[in-house]
Formats: sequence, C-alpha cells, structure tokens
Amino acid sequence: MEKLLPAQNRLLKSKSSRLGGEFRGKLFVILCAVIMITATIAITIFLSTKGLQSFTKNGISIIEFLTSSKWDPTNKANPAYGVLPFIFGSFAVTILAALVAAPLGIGGAIFMTEIAPSWGRKILQPVVELLVGIPSVVYGFIGLTVLVPFIREHVGGLGFSLLSGMIVLAIMILPTITTIATDAMSSLPNHLREGSYALGATRWQTIRKVLVPAALPSLLTAIILGMARAFGEALAVQMVIGNVRDMPNSILDASATLTTIITLNMGHTTYGSVENNTLWSMGLILLIMSFAFILLIRYLSSRRKLR
Amino acid sequence: MKSLKKFSLLTLLTALIIFSAACGGKGTNGSKEGTDKKDNPAQKTEELSGSLVISGSSAMQPLVAAAAEEFMAENPKVDIQVNAGGSGTGLSQVAEGSVQIGNSDVFAEEKEGVPADQLVDHKVAVVGMTAAVNPKVGIKDIKKEDLIKVFTGKITNWKELGGENQKIVLVNRPDSSGTRAVFNQFALDGATPAEGITEDSSNTVKKIISETEGAIGYLAFSYFTDDSVTPLAIDGVKPTEENVQSGKFPIWAYQHSYTKGEAEGLAKAFLDYLMSDNIQNTLLKEQGYLPVTKMKVERDAKGNQKDI
Repeated sequence: MEKLLPAQNRLLKSKSSRLGGEFRGKLFVILCAVIMITATIAITIFLSTKGLQSFTKNGISIIEFLTSSKWDPTNKANPAYGVLPFIFGSFAVTILAALVAAPLGIGGAIFMTEIAPSWGRKILQPVVELLVGIPSVVYGFIGLTVLVPFIREHVGGLGFSLLSGMIVLAIMILPTITTIATDAMSSLPNHLREGSYALGATRWQTIRKVLVPAALPSLLTAIILGMARAFGEALAVQMVIGNVRDMPNSILDASATLTTIITLNMGHTTYGSVENNTLWSMGLILLIMSFAFILLIRYLSSRRKLR
Repeated sequence: MKSLKKFSLLTLLTALIIFSAACGGKGTNGSKEGTDKKDNPAQKTEELSGSLVISGSSAMQPLVAAAAEEFMAENPKVDIQVNAGGSGTGLSQVAEGSVQIGNSDVFAEEKEGVPADQLVDHKVAVVGMTAAVNPKVGIKDIKKEDLIKVFTGKITNWKELGGENQKIVLVNRPDSSGTRAVFNQFALDGATPAEGITEDSSNTVKKIISETEGAIGYLAFSYFTDDSVTPLAIDGVKPTEENVQSGKFPIWAYQHSYTKGEAEGLAKAFLDYLMSDNIQNTLLKEQGYLPVTKMKVERDAKGNQKDI
C-alpha cells in the first residue's frame, strides 16, 4: 500500500513521524527518569519525617535510642526504646554473611572467568541465576525446617541463632557477589594476562598478583552490594534468627535485626503511636545505612576510574 | 504494521486506565449505595449490593474471609474484601475511614493512638488460648504461679515442676502482639515475660514448640489439632470450650470488629450476619473459635470479668 504513494509524500511522512518518534521517545525516557527520582526523594522525605517523629514528637532521646540496649516499648509504666541490640544484630549477621559469601562468590567468579571459562561458566551461571530466582520466604522456610534443627542437634544452642541467619543470608547474597565479580574479572583487559604470562608467571600467580588486585575495587563493590542486600533482608532472617531482644553473646545465640523487629511489630501497632514511630525510626536507620553503602560503592568506583 | 502495533499498545493502555479508574470508582460508589440503603428501612429486604473493605487482625482474617465468602454467595451483588495487616493496622485504618470494618484481637482502648471513643465495638467471636509445651516435657497441668515463674525465667528446668530434666525454652510473641497482651494479662497476671525466641505466626510457634526440646509457648485452642504439642491445664482447669464459656478458664479474648460510629448499611448487614446462629454455631467452630453468643461471662476493656 505504502509503496504506491509518491516519493515526496513518503519521505515527508517518514520525516514527520521520525521527528514525532524522536520527541515521544525523549519524553518517555525523561518521564521515566523524573518518576524514579521523585519516587526516591518522596520515600526519603516520608521516611525521614516519620522516622524523626519519635524524637521530635514523642521526646525519645536519640542517644538513648541508639545506645541503650533495653527494648521494652509495651511496658506502660517504664517504656524503654533502645535499639542497639538490633543494630548490632543487623551488622553482625551482615558482616558474617559477607565473610562467608565473599570468598565463595569471588572464587566462583575466578573459576568461571579464568580456570574454566567455557564449561565452568555453562554450569555455574545457571546455578547462580537459579539462586537469584528463589524467593526469600523459601530460603527462610528451608532454613527453619532444615538448618535450624541441624544446628540445634549438631552444633549446639537452640538452632535459632546468628549462625543460622548468617548461613541463610550468605546463600542469598552469593549470586549478587558472584555475578558482579564475574563481570569485573571478565572485563579486565587481556593484555594484563598476556603481560603476566610473558613474564613467566604461572596461572595462579597471574590471578593472585595481577588480576585480583586489578579488579579489587569492583570486587569490593560486589561485596558491598551483597552486604546491602543482606542488611535489608527481613523475611528469611526473621524465620531463623529467633528475634530475641537481648544482645547475643555468641554466634549460637538467638538475636534480632532491625528488619525483623519492624516486620514482626508493624502490623500490630497503630499509626502514630510511639511504638509505631520507633519502628519508622528503625526504618530510617536502614535507609541511612543503605545510603552509606551506596556512598561506599561510589567511592570505590571512582577509585576504579582513576586507575 | 508499525502503526497497528502502536495503536494496539495505545488501546491496551487506555483500556487499563479505564479499567483501573472503574475499579477505583466502584469502591466509593458501592459503599455509598450501602449507606443509602440504611436511610430507607422499607428497602431493607431488598437485595444488598455494594462493596465493603475489611482490614485488620491476621488471626481473624480466615474467619472473616470465610464468612464473607458465604455472605457473598447469598448476596451476589455484594463485594467484600478482607485484608490482613495486623490489629494495629485495622484499627488505624477504620479510624481514618479508609476501611469500613477494622478487625482487632484486642480492645481499641488498649492500643495507643486510636480514638477508641469514636469506634464502636462488635465482639464477633471468642478465642481461648493456653500455654503449650513440647510433649516430651512430661507436664500436662501447671499452677498459675508456676506458669508465671516459668515465663519470667525464675524456673529454668522442667524437673523443678516434676517434668523431665530439660531446660525451659520460651517461645514468645512480638511486644505489640495481641495474643501476647492477652496471655500476659490473664495467664501471667501482668508479669513481663523473660526473653525468648520470638515469632509472630501461630503456625511457626507451634512448629518451634513441637521441634524444640523443653519449649513452651502459647497458642489458641484451634492449633491443638494433633499431639505435636501438649496444651497445659492451668490450676487443674482444662483448656476446653465449656470452661472458657463458664468463665472457669481465664485465658481468652474477644475478637473485635470495629466500625467508625454505629455500623450502617452493608457493614451492619455483614456484622449481623457474623452474629447469626448460622455463623456462630458452625463456621466459628470450624475455624477454631468459640461463639460469643454462648458466653456466660463477659469482660470489659480493663479485663474485669462478670457473669451475664
């Protein structure tokens, strides 16, 4: 049909439609960007105002909130709002998980890129992608039914412990770390490898002395992104960590994190009550922490560019 | 071909927008219709229509949803949506008017930040609960004072109470949980329990008690369906329906449905339906609740009990 039109019309039409397409395309992407930015800013503002209410409106001291280890918000006569044990729990479980997942993930990445780039990648890549696809509630349930009894019987304690949380989280953040580390390793210029081999280095020496140091900022980014995910994870951790308000004394003690306390209590509390406000304050701490993680990542990637 | 694609995308988008707009509109229209009905009692026998949004206690959600299902089957033009978000959420939402009924497992007076005087309480069911222990503990009856000692951490081994030589492991509920509030008030006489594993979901609590040596927690009667956990009698009074109804067994609570101001229209019709013999005597039992209509005692928000 269109071929029957005179050339002029055809060209003119296509020109106008191209311009229209240009404009619409631009409008669409700008709109996307604006929506994303607005959403982020709106969430930040909302969470800040809500989170600060417990200090401004309810008069809880920030120092006490952050440093006291006594949490007893329902005690009518003498309520205490110290979230230190939960902050500690969040950090402890996150760092422990990263300690387990980082070597595993980076090792897997090196295996995929350096040792067995063809068949290793073919096997490991789908496995890692599969791990991403498993919902966190499933991780939690497996942790509750398999891991907790196993630790109770073979390691000690109640089974509900930092250790269980650490293992579940380590498996959950493994794909994040592996994927980013693999990208980092495979994007290293080949002349690094060739130069190293030319100097007579073995493969392991090349990996250890040349490739890993060269990719280090990206590898650290991978670990921190994994930690950011671990820090914010609620459901799976809640099912295995025991949610005890006391400070844990050992890795086998039950503990609680900021996210588990929020998810356990949010539905039961009424909007505007002190308890609800303190939960929002915990949410604000989580937000600040995720900003800190992002700043750290940006710092690391700026270092990477300088190289 | 290209324009056709674009056109279909546009149509799809428009359809989506119109659809969502229609959905949004239906809610408000429907509830208005519901309230209009009330103004004209002559029309009461007419078929009910409209929509109703209910929110609140996750423990009550299955019961209310099941009742709503039957109600909708009888009144096909009615649409009832039952959300679970927790008692606090239900009370807050009904107070601010975003839902018509807010379910709660505690009195609104007990929750901070809710205008309890604006809300009207409809007690739709009673739930009995008791302490539950791991069957290997070897105890079936406990004195109330011992129970308090167990939960406050003064007794730490079951052999002190004549059970097996097992360390006591407490399984608590979150601070703000209604179940915890009821148990603390009526089983522990207001004592604050010592720290222990904390879980919100009754199913998880039951699972933990049944799997952990020496564990004790508390569950509603409806969770004692098998012998994976042992319900405890308190001061020799067995945790049975009859004992709760006669007021002998102390640990029970109402399940409340709150409306803002007196219930009207569809909300009233549904609450009446919940109180009907049909629901109270059959559905409630199926869901593990006790009919509120058969209670021989009643309680106020402060926990004072008296005979009726």
